[in-house]
Amino acid sequence: MVEIPSGSIPSAEVEDVELYHPHSWWTKYVFSQDAKIIAVQYSITAISIGLVALVLSWLMRIQLAFPGYFAFIDADHYYQFITMHGMIMVIYLLTALFLGGFGNYLIPLMVGARDMVFPYANMLSYWIYLLAVLILAAGFFAPGGPTGAGWTLYPPQSVLSGTPGGKDWGILLMLTSLIVFIIGFTMGGLNYVVTVLQGRARGMTLMRMPLTVWGIFTATVMALLAFPALFVACVMMLFDRVLGTSFFMPAIVEMGTQLQHGGGSPILFQHLFWFFGHPEVYIVALPAFGIVSDLISTHARKNIFGYRMMVWAIVIIGGLSFVVWAHHMYVSGMHPAFGFFFATTTLIIAIPTAIKVYNWVLTLWRGDIHLALPMLFALAFIVTFVNGGLTGLFLGNVVVDVPLSDTMFVVAHFHMVMGVAPILVIFGAIYHWYPKVTGRMLDETLGQIHFWITFLGTYAIFFPMHYLGLLGVPRRYFEMGETAFVPPSAHTLNIFITVMALVVGAGQMVFLFNLVWSLFRGREAGGNPWRATTLEWQTPQTPPAHGNWGRDLPVVYRWAYDYSVPGAAEDFIPQNVPASDGVTREAPA
Amino acid sequence: MNVILLFLAAIAAIIIWWLSGQRLTSKPWLETGSVQLPDQHGTERPPVPAVKIGLFVFLGVVGALFSLAVSAYFMRAASADWWGMPVPRLLWVNTAALALSSASLQWAKREAQHGRMESLRPALVTGLALAVFFLAGQIQAWRELTAAGYVLADNPANSFFYMLTGLHGLHILGGLAVLTHTTVRAFSTEVAPDRLRLSVDLSAIYSHFMFAVWLLLFALFAGWANDFVDLCRTLLN
Repeated sequence: MVEIPSGSIPSAEVEDVELYHPHSWWTKYVFSQDAKIIAVQYSITAISIGLVALVLSWLMRIQLAFPGYFAFIDADHYYQFITMHGMIMVIYLLTALFLGGFGNYLIPLMVGARDMVFPYANMLSYWIYLLAVLILAAGFFAPGGPTGAGWTLYPPQSVLSGTPGGKDWGILLMLTSLIVFIIGFTMGGLNYVVTVLQGRARGMTLMRMPLTVWGIFTATVMALLAFPALFVACVMMLFDRVLGTSFFMPAIVEMGTQLQHGGGSPILFQHLFWFFGHPEVYIVALPAFGIVSDLISTHARKNIFGYRMMVWAIVIIGGLSFVVWAHHMYVSGMHPAFGFFFATTTLIIAIPTAIKVYNWVLTLWRGDIHLALPMLFALAFIVTFVNGGLTGLFLGNVVVDVPLSDTMFVVAHFHMVMGVAPILVIFGAIYHWYPKVTGRMLDETLGQIHFWITFLGTYAIFFPMHYLGLLGVPRRYFEMGETAFVPPSAHTLNIFITVMALVVGAGQMVFLFNLVWSLFRGREAGGNPWRATTLEWQTPQTPPAHGNWGRDLPVVYRWAYDYSVPGAAEDFIPQNVPASDGVTREAPA
Repeated sequence: MNVILLFLAAIAAIIIWWLSGQRLTSKPWLETGSVQLPDQHGTERPPVPAVKIGLFVFLGVVGALFSLAVSAYFMRAASADWWGMPVPRLLWVNTAALALSSASLQWAKREAQHGRMESLRPALVTGLALAVFFLAGQIQAWRELTAAGYVLADNPANSFFYMLTGLHGLHILGGLAVLTHTTVRAFSTEVAPDRLRLSVDLSAIYSHFMFAVWLLLFALFAGWANDFVDLCRTLLN
């Protein structure tokens, strides 16, 4: 056993806190200050609005494969669907679900705290998020409909009358909703960060934290620094649209009339937007990285390979992601030296990311792999992420990006790497932690059906899209029309993709049914069905009661990955088992 | 984007400094047993309260917000249609008011630490009144500028002036809400001195920070920041 030098460990111990105890059904389940309830509220809201975005993607795909089949899908509606689909999926589903949902549920339980440190702000965070979602959804019912500016909202088109919602309510509701979302997120984000810093149980050093917590923690720090960029951009665009300033608006003629604007810089908006937008990719990816590490380790019954490297890689990726934003702007034009700089930093990110992929694979190597549902989704994630990541290496280069930038290749790339990959982790994580949240297992057969439809189906959708992109099929187009360089067979492929998209979307109904059905009919899970080591599985009750830990806070004696320790009675030793009960190991000479 | 990159470099330095104390090179797989915590030795300082850490993280967020807005200011100011705008003399008075407000909160903090309630109350009220005066002065400055014909949409310099002072004013307003709450509690009889001390401490930190932000913004509007940037550019070339 290695002696730990005392005095060098920062205090993570808090005195046991006086919890706020709810007095009525309303304060217990609706205006709750319990992070676990808030997590469920966040998840349900995010998944609900995500389903809206799923239906929007169906409508877009139907238009691409069967142009004109539905009369109501005209060009304006198509752009509105694209915009809302993108914005909802990236911000209101993925960000909210990973940080607001998993962050709220897992951080206090995994670090051994009774709750978040500021429960009231945490509650406010959810209600403000809900308000943002409602403002966003109000766009569908507003005069002129939601904005159709594309999810990047590039000015000047986003606030002009040629774009749906540009001179109506659409863009106003979108910008307001984003501002409200950011305010709400900041309240939640402060909670996640300070809880990790100050709320850890006795003995839980940073290097004993599960990688899930590391991922969510780093992503939250990044989000707190990156979201202000979107905030500033939204405020400035609101000024331009409502008060007639010219932050972003150049001199422009709209429908034959010269507008008051002049001299503004659309590129300035792009800088602000992507200064938020690129870290956003990793705000979604890092929690996924963390969660998938824990799933793989638990279900391969083996300690995570290279834990320190994994932690360092998370931190380094978080740092690097702030200096690559302009690789989204190659086609906007820039000094060649900048293009070189941003291409280089982009490719450098591949190094820590590749380290993580190797470590996942090496964790699997000679592990005792249980192909439970969370493991299946984790494996599917690795494959999908590698695929999407490799095309990222293509697009990170200026000369390759410029011809490919406006084609379906880019759509395929980012859907693989930040659409499908994180969603697979979300599914894996729900199959993994559902027993803790509800006390019952999700149904295995339904889960298998859901997994194979989702995994194979998303490949059938997005893999051929790379090919379409290389053919030159443009993205963002409402319909193709007569295009000389695209062969007619591309259309056949488009039909195939649409049919698969319909199937995959419908396959998610199996999952939703499973969530509801298992809540009542699922097999009783017990406290620790996966025989996992981390603290959330060691709570005295399942689902964990208010205050999580009963009378005494847990004490942490070991890291989160003591699986298959030689000489131990069981193949896992929970983090709160003292040294004498498990086995101690000698440091290698 | 240079301003925000500088700001992020500072944040990164703080994070690296903090991480360097967290034994990131330890090998947790070889360690078992509960870790010895420093406060068991009794010689350590009391742990920093969570709210205080929370405030510092929040100040990081606010700092990022203003750094980004200032970055945008510089990028937009590089274009040809930018005319500088005069700085109303009233801003000097406002700056003095905010400085004094910050100073009296520092005074209140010292009084609270020594538990002197009777001098804490006037200090808090002074700080509060001066901050309100600052806000009223800012609005008066807006009115003067508008009356002189410097309206919001006229020129990007004007737009930035109104937007940045507006954002700053909103942050002061939020601070005022908390400060009012603290002041009211200071006058009530049944308040735990520890809690009050912490509240006063946090209010003082926040007001110093917002004063620093104001100084930077003021330097920007008065044109000194541009001179400074020009100087740097000359030195680099």
